[in-house]
Amino acid sequence: MTNRRVVITGVGVTAPGTPGVKSFWDLLTAGRTATRRISFFDPSPFRSQVAAEVDFDAELHGLSPQEIRRMDRAAQFAVVTARQAVEDSGLEFSSVDPDRVGVTIGSAVGATMGLDEEYRTVSDGGRLELVDHRYAVPHLYNYLAPSSFATEVAWAVGAEGPSTVVSTGCTSGLDAIGYATDVIREGSADVMVAGATDAPISPITVACFDAIKATTPRNDDPEHASRPFDASRNGFVLGEGAAVFVLEELESARARGAKVYAEVAGYATRSNAFHMTGLKPDGREMAEAIRVALAQARLNPEDIDYVNAHGSGTRQNDRHETAAFKRSLGEHAYRVPVSSIKSMVGHSLGAIGSIEVAASVLAMQHDVVPPTANLHTPDPECDLDYVPLVARDWRTDAVLSVGSGFGGFQSAVVLADPGLVRS
Amino acid sequence: MSVVVTGLGVAAPTGLGVDAYWANTLAGVGALDRISRFDPSGYPARLAGEIRDFVDEDHLPGRLLPQTDRMTRLALVAADWAFADAELTPSDLPDYDIGVITASHSGGFEFGQNELRALWSKGGQYVSAYQSFAWFYAVNSGQISIRNGLRGPSSVVVSDQAGGLDAVAQARRQIRNGTSVVLAGAVDASICPWGWVAQLTSGRLSEHDDPRRAYLPFDEDAAGHVPGEGGALLVLEDGAHAAARGARVYGEIAGHASTMDPAPGRDRAPTLQKAIQRALADAGAVADEIGVVFADAAAVPELDRAEAEAITKVFGPRGVPVTAPKTGTGRLYSGAAPLDLAAALLSLREGLIPPTVNTRPSERYELDLVTGEPRRAHPRAALVVARGHGGFNSAVVLRAPDPS
Amino acid sequence: MSAKFTIDDLKRILREGAGTDETVDLDGDIAGSDFEELGYESLALLETGSRIEREYGISLDEDALADARTPAALVDLVNSHLAARAV
Repeated sequence: MTNRRVVITGVGVTAPGTPGVKSFWDLLTAGRTATRRISFFDPSPFRSQVAAEVDFDAELHGLSPQEIRRMDRAAQFAVVTARQAVEDSGLEFSSVDPDRVGVTIGSAVGATMGLDEEYRTVSDGGRLELVDHRYAVPHLYNYLAPSSFATEVAWAVGAEGPSTVVSTGCTSGLDAIGYATDVIREGSADVMVAGATDAPISPITVACFDAIKATTPRNDDPEHASRPFDASRNGFVLGEGAAVFVLEELESARARGAKVYAEVAGYATRSNAFHMTGLKPDGREMAEAIRVALAQARLNPEDIDYVNAHGSGTRQNDRHETAAFKRSLGEHAYRVPVSSIKSMVGHSLGAIGSIEVAASVLAMQHDVVPPTANLHTPDPECDLDYVPLVARDWRTDAVLSVGSGFGGFQSAVVLADPGLVRS
Repeated sequence: MSVVVTGLGVAAPTGLGVDAYWANTLAGVGALDRISRFDPSGYPARLAGEIRDFVDEDHLPGRLLPQTDRMTRLALVAADWAFADAELTPSDLPDYDIGVITASHSGGFEFGQNELRALWSKGGQYVSAYQSFAWFYAVNSGQISIRNGLRGPSSVVVSDQAGGLDAVAQARRQIRNGTSVVLAGAVDASICPWGWVAQLTSGRLSEHDDPRRAYLPFDEDAAGHVPGEGGALLVLEDGAHAAARGARVYGEIAGHASTMDPAPGRDRAPTLQKAIQRALADAGAVADEIGVVFADAAAVPELDRAEAEAITKVFGPRGVPVTAPKTGTGRLYSGAAPLDLAAALLSLREGLIPPTVNTRPSERYELDLVTGEPRRAHPRAALVVARGHGGFNSAVVLRAPDPS
Repeated sequence: MSAKFTIDDLKRILREGAGTDETVDLDGDIAGSDFEELGYESLALLETGSRIEREYGISLDEDALADARTPAALVDLVNSHLAARAV
């Protein structure tokens, strides 16, 4: 690998509640939750009836009627959020060679919402096994192949370099950033528009998580349903949204006087090779991903000021992750603030990794770490400092953000002030 | 450092396993036929390249079957074959030193179809406990990782039908970052009514009923493609690691590049030619070094013209032998390009270029398209091109192993 | 009058919903074996529980289902639900 370094110079967020970076940060620092009873469809037949929904008006965000028609909700999120990031970066894309600009969009479940709706139509409510092509919408192929998300973003920002979707389940949002970072480091692009999107709140997704009891049945108290690290946690709350970044090679970012949020200083992914949904309690593979990401960043555990946890609020995840932090960070695991924003914005599957990276760079920008909401009585096996309920003023120059997902993927990203990283 | 291919696992409509596939490919066998997996009479397109001789139970444990889509079953078996071909036992490697990176086009679509049907016809409680992962895009990498104990860096890329090459490129990056071995490639299958209806909306499926006249890239009668199922997985290995264990080397992944075409209606040129030129530059190769091109071969006149122009601009009119053995299998979505990599590596090894079947090449494209019999040649390097719906272009340069 | 749930019913549902491990003889005396030993992990048991619920029109207690570690225990659990319904 070359020693090209990669920094984040633009941030866009479409998170549950009101979209936009500012309202996202306000929500997190106030410790407010955006979880509520599902409003997109009648959830009463389902075991879990809560979700963190985005109040999203595509037209208000500048999408044309035709763009809205051909794009699934997740693609709409991606395009709107990418435009925000580009604007925030101040980079004049017209002045950059489009060949040197690529796109990496993470998504765990693609156009699930569109597929669910369209299947219902072409099968006439599940009656037809031989579904009727005459009722298919003309852009159904874009739902079939979620690569369309990368195309839409590339076309929206005018990128003609390496472009793809990364789909590694619930670590997609971290892995997309890792992928884009690798592409810039190897010299195949100078700028990558990278992030992740998912809009999974549809009957098929709710049903499939019901079937494995992964989501919470705490339907009588939706605002407090997502309870990472709490003894009373009993499953995650489905979310949706997107976060997209402009990643640039450090020297060219400096040359144009760009605002630099953070360096993507280290990234690694490992697999547990154990089970498609289960986790071994020892957290070994996640610890290894953290160890490698730190080594790549040439940082020690003590250099990490804040850990943005996966913290999904399932029984097994929060213990697995706590074990992984202890294994990789040693004694520092007990001293560093750790929090899960899923307590507020839910778990948007592939998107959440990028949304958590957005929270992490905002923590660095503001020197404030967001809290873990709804954490009143910690699980005795989760005995770290999870920043319960209230945000904390905290000098934050280096952040570790981790993810864990179906398929056994365990990923870690280290973000740091570029001055902190020894080149 | 070099990244080499030491094992091939192939599941194609024209053959299960490398030997069967290669023999049939050289013989110009075509597997396109009327769809048998469902009744296609009500649909405007009715042909596909199906894998018909794969018996799940012969290859996979019973516990895996209820939780896997067809594409995952094929992928698991192709992975087994690739490791066997490489004479590599993953558990012999150090912890975290081997990963798997696949491409997916549309996930386990048939599994998803069945669960959507259960949901809408009977209710949410009829959805399988396996739905949460069996249909998703990451499932093949996850299941292969579990079955083989692969705990190193793994990933999944989705870039329509160019994804198979992007997966190989990402595997090369991981090997360059220090992982010794990565299994890479793609296996896709979505020949089910729901997948078919979705594919029809691309407007690119051939509606011919004669298998010999249905998928005709670079032919005056080109009118769309025939989908197929299957693909290939390749064992990619750090060259020094392969040499140290005395592995047989098929060839080197010498160069790669990918590009995105501009949005329609913008006054900008398509970017396939750039992808090819950059892949050559990445390999440190000049055009003359390439002895054969495995084309994307869309069989849509406008796309054939774009590809032919890119090839002739780089190599000159009829400047290099071009072939598209996928005319025998149908387009395998993200599985197509890894299968082409396998065929190209076998071409380098055997000095034979397999033919494009059924096509009568149109003069207008100025391509030296290999048709009829396999052509005896001694290519030392090959170029594989793949494109995806939505502007994806990807190219890989392969080099034959150093004869010394 | 309640339907009785037998170990053979359970075996049938296991085969349909979760498949069988080739190294295990489901037709042997498995009533007291741990599900893990029979090759069935948590997902397989969730799928099995869900199929039983659909077929017999009952709703199994989630914690009790997770605690039923053997076929005999699961058969007892299902029968107690069936009996409760019959009352």
